[in-house]
Amino acid sequence: MQNPAQKNVAQKTQAPLTDYLLRLGDSALVLGQRHAQLCGKAPALEEELALMNVGLDLFGQARNWLGYAAELMNDNVDADHLAFRRDAQDFRNLLITEQPNGDFADIMGRQFLFDAWHVHLLDGLTHSSDPRIAEVAAKSLKEATYHLRRSSEWVIRLGDGTEESHTRMQRALDNLWQFTGELLQVDEIDQAMIETGIAPDPEAIAARWKATVEEVLEEATLERPSYDAWMYTGGKVGHHTEHLGFLLAEMQYLPRAYPDATAW
Amino acid sequence: MYAQLVETGSNKLKTLDEMSPEERQFQERINDEIKIEPKNWMPDAYRKTLIRQISQHAHSEIVGMLPEGNWLTRAPTLKRKLQLMAKIQDEAGHGLYLYSAMETLGADRDEEIDKLHDGRAKYSSIFNYPTLNWADMGTIGWLVDGAAIVNQVPLQRTSYGPYARAMIRVCKEESFHQRQGYQILLTMMQEGTDDQKAMVQDSINRFWWPSLMMFGPSDENSPNSAQSMAWKIKRHSNDELRQRFLDQTVPQLELLGCTAPDPDLKYNEETGHYEFGEIDWQEFFDVVKGNGPCNRERIEARRSAIDSGAWVREAAVAYAAKRQRKAA
Repeated sequence: MQNPAQKNVAQKTQAPLTDYLLRLGDSALVLGQRHAQLCGKAPALEEELALMNVGLDLFGQARNWLGYAAELMNDNVDADHLAFRRDAQDFRNLLITEQPNGDFADIMGRQFLFDAWHVHLLDGLTHSSDPRIAEVAAKSLKEATYHLRRSSEWVIRLGDGTEESHTRMQRALDNLWQFTGELLQVDEIDQAMIETGIAPDPEAIAARWKATVEEVLEEATLERPSYDAWMYTGGKVGHHTEHLGFLLAEMQYLPRAYPDATAW
Repeated sequence: MYAQLVETGSNKLKTLDEMSPEERQFQERINDEIKIEPKNWMPDAYRKTLIRQISQHAHSEIVGMLPEGNWLTRAPTLKRKLQLMAKIQDEAGHGLYLYSAMETLGADRDEEIDKLHDGRAKYSSIFNYPTLNWADMGTIGWLVDGAAIVNQVPLQRTSYGPYARAMIRVCKEESFHQRQGYQILLTMMQEGTDDQKAMVQDSINRFWWPSLMMFGPSDENSPNSAQSMAWKIKRHSNDELRQRFLDQTVPQLELLGCTAPDPDLKYNEETGHYEFGEIDWQEFFDVVKGNGPCNRERIEARRSAIDSGAWVREAAVAYAAKRQRKAA
């Protein structure tokens, strides 16, 4: 049972909060789906386990965020409906999460740039004025902390490994960099969340993201592209890259092909 | 069975009198149900047979991830996606500790994996069948893991300690997978649409016979069984295990409201067992020899994962060496 004050906040922020939860949930879901695509393709058996582990964490987080979003929508939808019945333009995930798997440097580069943001965001969300968000964030933070440790280690290993791995890691970083602007971008939805104390101070997250990225890239002997480089944004408002449509076509195939099926 | 047709290098059993003193001590230890541990003396043929069997088992876990991975990206709900991903992860884990058990016998994981990739080592033929609809994720759990459990439960008492202990953990997880698989089918049969029910029946039609083949050839065509039984690497005959599997599975099939693609399947009141039709052993041997629907594809997928990751492993080694030099 909510207390009246909380209910008030929820009513006032319902639409932006729902959107904000979709952003969190969709990013986890889409990146989780990229991990599902990697099944059986890891460079070593230990990595197979680790990739599945990260994927499981992300799907679990997606289920929590989307479940909450569905409750707020109160439109007879549930987390599965949000995951499997929405079209690309309704997805609110960050563009970096939908980028294709490519080689192991692309996979680890994508993961690292995301994790370095995710960890600091989740850390901030543990102090959210919304207790449910704080609770999910606390659980997710433990997982994301492990993800960041692992992806940092791989970026360092590949960056400072062989000439080939260094070249590949630098190329991955250069290609993915254009999607990092969106991690730090603040729009009116974010602003509404910050004002109600639901989301943390974006300045602090940006500073911590940069510090983590700089520290790891330096140890990895990789060159950091410029923060002033042109940035590709739009995922948070439903303007995606071409890759998302195919990812969803595959992921949503069964519920779309059998719309009358209510149980699987 | 996850390890099938394991060569023992011997078709004739030695009596205790024909054995050397070491062999005799070894056999008596086995007869007394005392586990053989890595540092104990063991006949070369026992070691080689076990390496073959455990590596086949490990390879089966790893290759077995592929037909399920085929539907992981298309799992229809978040719950099913999480379950399937966790199951596949368990399989990678089983592979890992089976390879570790194998290494206690002096074998090298990379060498054994090379043998898989160049066709010298076998893995369970069941994974050479394609997964063509979502119900296959249920059927694999129910029938394939079910058959594997019937095979593996006795292996928890197998004579080689590290293998027996690995099997205890594997069996616990497999039982969980089997229940989950059956649940997928039951949900579709009880709450599903006609399309979903048709998927389930189609899936059972395709996996029924290959599942029965998982126990290996009939006892009279299983020349290596006697030695494996004497060594207690194997504890029951292929036919005995197949019968046990069938007896437990048919009532579950009936509960689903599905049928088996076997007109001769019937219950024998007198024996208390189910009887079944003729298994197509030609198909079994064809698939074992490499001529199954997905043999080439499965091996190519495994080889490609390892080959295309070579630069990653080289980088990890190079980085570790750099670190070591810095620390020195």
